[in-house]
Amino acid sequence: MLVAVLSGFILAIFAPTIKRFLGYRAGWVLALLPASIFIYFLSLYDQVMTQRAVFELYEWVPTLGINLSFYLDGISLMFALLISGIGTFIMISSGGYLKGHVNQGRFFAFMLMFMASMLGVVLASNLIAIFFFWEMTSVTSFLLIGFDHLRKAARRAAFQALVVTGLGGLGMLGGFIILGVSVGNFELVEIMQFGTEIKDLDLYFVILVLVLLGAFTKSAQFPFHFWLPNAMEAPTPVSAFLHSATMVKAGVYLLMRMYPILGDTIEWSVILGTFGAFTLLSGTFIAIRQTDLKRMLAYTTMASLGLLVMLIGVGGEGAIEGAVLYLFAHSLFKGGLFTVAGTIDHEAGTRDITKLGGLRSKMPITFFAALIAALSMGGIIPLVGFIAKESMYHALLHGNNYTLILLAVAIIGNAFMFAIGFAVALKPMLGKLGDMPKAAHEAPIMLWIGALVLGICGLAAGFGITYLGSTLIHSAVSSINNENASTELHLWAGINMPLILSLFTMGLGAIIYMNYHRVRIFADDVLNWIGWGPDKGFDQFFAGLLAIAQWVTRNMQNGDLKTYMRYIFIMLALVIWVPMFIYGAFPSIDLTKLVTPTFYEAGILLMAVLGLYAVLVAKSRLTSIVSLGILGFSVALLFMLFGAPDLSFTQFMVETLSVVILALVMTRLKLDKSDRKYGLYAIISAIIATAVGTGMTLLLLRVMQTELDMSLSNYFTKYSAAIAHGHNIVNVILVDFRALDTLGEISVVMTTGIVVLALIRLKPKVDNNKDQNEDNLKGSVK
Amino acid sequence: MEFYLAILVGLIFAVSTYMMLSRSVIRLVLGVALLGNAVNLLIFTVGRVTREIPPIIPNGFKGMITGIANPLPQALILTAIVIGFALFSFVLVLTYRAYESLGTDNSEEMRIAEPEDVLVSELTY
Repeated sequence: MLVAVLSGFILAIFAPTIKRFLGYRAGWVLALLPASIFIYFLSLYDQVMTQRAVFELYEWVPTLGINLSFYLDGISLMFALLISGIGTFIMISSGGYLKGHVNQGRFFAFMLMFMASMLGVVLASNLIAIFFFWEMTSVTSFLLIGFDHLRKAARRAAFQALVVTGLGGLGMLGGFIILGVSVGNFELVEIMQFGTEIKDLDLYFVILVLVLLGAFTKSAQFPFHFWLPNAMEAPTPVSAFLHSATMVKAGVYLLMRMYPILGDTIEWSVILGTFGAFTLLSGTFIAIRQTDLKRMLAYTTMASLGLLVMLIGVGGEGAIEGAVLYLFAHSLFKGGLFTVAGTIDHEAGTRDITKLGGLRSKMPITFFAALIAALSMGGIIPLVGFIAKESMYHALLHGNNYTLILLAVAIIGNAFMFAIGFAVALKPMLGKLGDMPKAAHEAPIMLWIGALVLGICGLAAGFGITYLGSTLIHSAVSSINNENASTELHLWAGINMPLILSLFTMGLGAIIYMNYHRVRIFADDVLNWIGWGPDKGFDQFFAGLLAIAQWVTRNMQNGDLKTYMRYIFIMLALVIWVPMFIYGAFPSIDLTKLVTPTFYEAGILLMAVLGLYAVLVAKSRLTSIVSLGILGFSVALLFMLFGAPDLSFTQFMVETLSVVILALVMTRLKLDKSDRKYGLYAIISAIIATAVGTGMTLLLLRVMQTELDMSLSNYFTKYSAAIAHGHNIVNVILVDFRALDTLGEISVVMTTGIVVLALIRLKPKVDNNKDQNEDNLKGSVK
Repeated sequence: MEFYLAILVGLIFAVSTYMMLSRSVIRLVLGVALLGNAVNLLIFTVGRVTREIPPIIPNGFKGMITGIANPLPQALILTAIVIGFALFSFVLVLTYRAYESLGTDNSEEMRIAEPEDVLVSELTY
């Protein structure tokens, strides 16, 4: 299975080269890969039936429990077959649809990469691996939606899809990590063994919400649906493959996978039921307003996804069976209808349903393919869509009051989808010849073959449902439900309640179809009245986000040095004061125990304070430099008094040098003498400075009340004469024990010396123009 | 005695902070020089102070000696003074060069790297 997944990525590298040699016909060649993957999975079919699942494991990051493991059971087999099977025809139709496009090779590469990632999602067994492939599908979807990157609408749609699905993916990763850490394992196979323990976890609800965030964004559930219709900016094969048949089903797949782990709780059925039902209704309602074939289909896809989510929410064998059947049928008919829409667009030059008409005689094969897809979408016997609908009605009928409400929702939704499906299939075909930009005639085989084969598959699946029901569908339902499914499926189950409801749905759908124009105007009015939607909200959100970012940047990063310094020192004051308050760690000062300083100590302290004061208030810079020297010398004297002669000498030398250099530099600069701060700014600065100063004093006093660890000092004292043969311990530390540090210190001084020399030697570049401009300015003022 | 030194350290910190919050880059450099002194004195005080007995081992004396000043902070400060001086001269020369090139020591007028009127461009897709 590793080969099946990776081969798509590898072929993607060579796709542009193959296209260069074969032109658009490369579609036929490249379709061989999905076709052979399809056959490979068919060959695994018996093994899955007998063993229930096939498992493969390759170590990836074993220390973290992350593996490249693959797990093939009924549901992933069904998905893998759909992905590779539909993928085969999509590759062919991409060849025809983008014939002559400059970047067709790139397009093939993206498509193959997407297919490989999607196979990865449905086959991976490790939670982290699922996430990895999941994000890969988001990225390839981004590349494909934005394929026509010269158009702004395509770029926006691509960005939007990436942001929404990426956000959901991040949530899902969070959910996965919490889940994996809680049970101590990231392998789906092992997690499925846990049973109800996971549902009793304290964090169950958090895991559920995060995982649902991933599933809902990917599967376009309200209110995250808006990226899906916008994704129709992509070339039609992309819409058919990613945004109806496969990628958007990843969310549904995830829900089916998680059903035995997280499902069947009250939270699960309420959240999924509500969101699914609302998505179904709003999707169909918005769909009927559209005039663009692809957008009509996109919103019905959203509605179908809502229906699927709703059914998984209900749970139980019947509803799951309905969901699996509907998922299967939907992939076939929606992939087909999208291909039909693409073919019509390609041949007639427009997708506007109000302009199209009368194509049935011009494009008979396309018409036939459209018709069988619409029949399946409408749920008409003998297509597989009919059985899916019967099955879900049956399940919803045999539940409680809650499922009866959902049944009503499903009937309304299905009726709308019936009407829209036939509108897409029939309106462009019947009636008078419409006013179209191109003179339409039957498309080349590459374009219609996909739609035709998918339609026939839907028909064949309908007739062969008894066989399919006992094998693939049965195995898929069993693997979701974690037990053996029992129901048998028949195309004709006699006259029963679901059939009557089905007839009612069709009748309602037919009424909507008859009054299509009126319903559309009504929907348009209502939606115009509402006005605001998440799509608009997305733009507003990003505009707002940028405005905030700009505001923050302009305040934090305003290019003013003193603002930066202010932030730094405010932070420093907070770092000192806040912990002191939180831990109550103020020093206890006992004034009676203070040692009185001798008169000369007091004198030096006083000198230091006077020096400081002079630095602060000095009117001219020269005075402040000299005052700085006074403070430095006082510190040197303090070192001297308290047993540090080495420090004292160094300090004296350094201070003298500093003062001399400063004085030299200052005389070279023609500076304003006074540099007073004014008003409020001076007060703020003074407050910050006081906070820092007093904080430092308190911190120091507090630290001195703790025990001093003397072990290092004692070590140096003990061994400096004994093993280093030096009597001045400080010197021994510097040149012997820590000699390497001293070497580093010397290097720093040396480097500084070189830099200083370079800076002084380099003359500033004279900007002649600027001088001239200034001269001109001065001249004009005069 | 540590009590008075602690107060002196706090005072130097306060004045240094106030200087560094100035518009004038020269005052900022003076603030940096003060900060060096403040930190050195802080380390010195944390190592506890003893009066007048430098950490020197008398001739012929082997083994542990007590009652001398703590040598470890002194070694640290000695390095710090030298590095501090290197930093100070570097910053000073930078200021000097900035003044030569820009004709000002007012940080508000030094806006070549971050001009005032350049805004972030609007989002377009």
